[in-house]
Amino acid sequence: MAIEVEAPGLATTVQDLGRPGYYHLGIPLSGAMDRLALRAANRLVGNDDGAAALEVVFLGPELVFRADAMVAVTGAELPPRVDGVVQPTWTSFAVKAGQTLAFDYLKAGARAYVAVAGGIDVPVVLGSRSTYALGALGGHEGRALRAGDVLPVGRGRPAAAGREIPAALRRGPGGSPVSLRVLPGLYWHRLTEAAGRQFLADTWKVAPEADRIGYRFRGGRPLEFMPHEQPFGAGSDPSNIVDACYPYGSIQVPGGTEPIVLHRDAVSGGGYMMVGTVISADMDLIGQLQPHTPVRFVAVDMAGALAARHDRQAILDKMQSHLA
Amino acid sequence: MTNRYSFGGDEHIFVEVDESMSLEAFFKALSITNAVRESRIDGVTEICPANASFQIKFDPDRIKPDDMLAELKRLEAAAAQAPSVIETRIFEFPVYYNDPWTHETLMRFRDRHQDPSATDLDYAARINNKASVEEFIAAHSGAPWFVSMVGFVAGLPFLFQMVERARQLEVPKYLRPRTDTPKLTVGYGGCFTAIYSVRGAGGYQMFGITPVPIYDPKSEIDYISDDTMCLFRPGDIVKFKSVDRAYYDHVVEEVAAGRYAPKVRNVTFSLDAFNADIDGYNRKLEEVLDGH
Repeated sequence: MAIEVEAPGLATTVQDLGRPGYYHLGIPLSGAMDRLALRAANRLVGNDDGAAALEVVFLGPELVFRADAMVAVTGAELPPRVDGVVQPTWTSFAVKAGQTLAFDYLKAGARAYVAVAGGIDVPVVLGSRSTYALGALGGHEGRALRAGDVLPVGRGRPAAAGREIPAALRRGPGGSPVSLRVLPGLYWHRLTEAAGRQFLADTWKVAPEADRIGYRFRGGRPLEFMPHEQPFGAGSDPSNIVDACYPYGSIQVPGGTEPIVLHRDAVSGGGYMMVGTVISADMDLIGQLQPHTPVRFVAVDMAGALAARHDRQAILDKMQSHLA
Repeated sequence: MTNRYSFGGDEHIFVEVDESMSLEAFFKALSITNAVRESRIDGVTEICPANASFQIKFDPDRIKPDDMLAELKRLEAAAAQAPSVIETRIFEFPVYYNDPWTHETLMRFRDRHQDPSATDLDYAARINNKASVEEFIAAHSGAPWFVSMVGFVAGLPFLFQMVERARQLEVPKYLRPRTDTPKLTVGYGGCFTAIYSVRGAGGYQMFGITPVPIYDPKSEIDYISDDTMCLFRPGDIVKFKSVDRAYYDHVVEEVAAGRYAPKVRNVTFSLDAFNADIDGYNRKLEEVLDGH
């Protein structure tokens, strides 16, 4: 079984739950930016949570199926059409051999996950099928899809059509501004007290430079640093540090002006101070933010971060019992 | 040097060994991360040594953040007692300094540089009080370097020169990063050399290029392990050797034909012995490379 890529979309990549264990060599986790949506798509079609699917950004691809398949689209509201007939999102549906899966314009969110029963069966590289485009590693030839690509699909036992994730369990960014919960730390102490307050008080907007490596934000006031003699090897700007590791979700502020939140394809380290880290429970939400979306960074403590992690897991558990 | 611990969200502990770069800080970070690896703590998912810091990624569903922190503090105390000795590897790496490819690139981005009228090497030589570019290259290739961190992008080594601080070379990064850097550029920023493993954006000054690939995402190169696809790991030692165009071209051909492997030897490194006689110790390391 295989899928032909008639049109690739904007930056469609093969992603699974990622490639842990190589961050010390600069090879990031990669994998779906919205992991909860990927798991949901896989569960709908009867795959394991970690099967590889397509991550579609903003603009959908056109895919021709060479054999019958069971498919589900989750995450962003990107309505699928099979030979022109609209299909529901967050619901499994059948595609017959020779039919074309295409998409309407994006209605909400940023990244949709297209799971196919059996999973996208590209080679496993360092334990994962995820695409790490910056390193030309994994996925389909280490890059985003192009017209003419043919994607192999594995064998699976497809679930039935019409299986659905209830609306209450479809998690996405809500409210305006969207709240991203942050554990302050790392080099937070290098900010003046006023700058720290202001970072949390200002409304920031997602910049056009927002991708799998990181999301940049604009619109808040520039941050002031505490007076500090720059240490040997750090560089001359007060936002410079001796090059260090970057946590996933860490918020660096080069020059004190535009915060960047590192995501699944993070650069693993560098020389900019970080003011804190977006908690694990809210990383999925970042992957669904469109440029210009207003965002507030909301401080939480470790107990708050762990409680949010627990709540997110509870959604997955409910999904499981609903689909069982 | 007392470690500063900070949680990076609910899945990381970031540990700054020292604000400043030094071999001592790097060695302490490496020793503790080695100890973390050996202690096989359940729930640890990534162990990342860096220049003067390190980072542990953990699964808080398997180990509580406070327990993880306590484990690291216990290992810091134990590492302080351990002798500063590691078993590692020393590589010889050919560098074609002042090559035409980085030259072409740096000329395209002169408007982002501190000194638009000079090359990166001219500028670096001048601000490091070297009489000429040749003298600067002699300093860069004259003493070996520690791989003090691997990262930024896949397989990219940060290297810190094994000389006392007064002899460390220092250059700022570009005023604004370039959008292009040739693959295998030997660059410099702050007190670190970097070898760019892939083509892409970069802010380091560009001094030359090596013909020896260090990252192998397609598993085509025999001397790079398929288990990691990256040649370097933190703690490796590298000695640069200045080579000319003919030698560079020769190595490029040999690599393409699958006949090349960089010169590498296993070696024991002792920080105390090194500090007691830096130049003498570096000469011994070179003898190891030459097979003595």
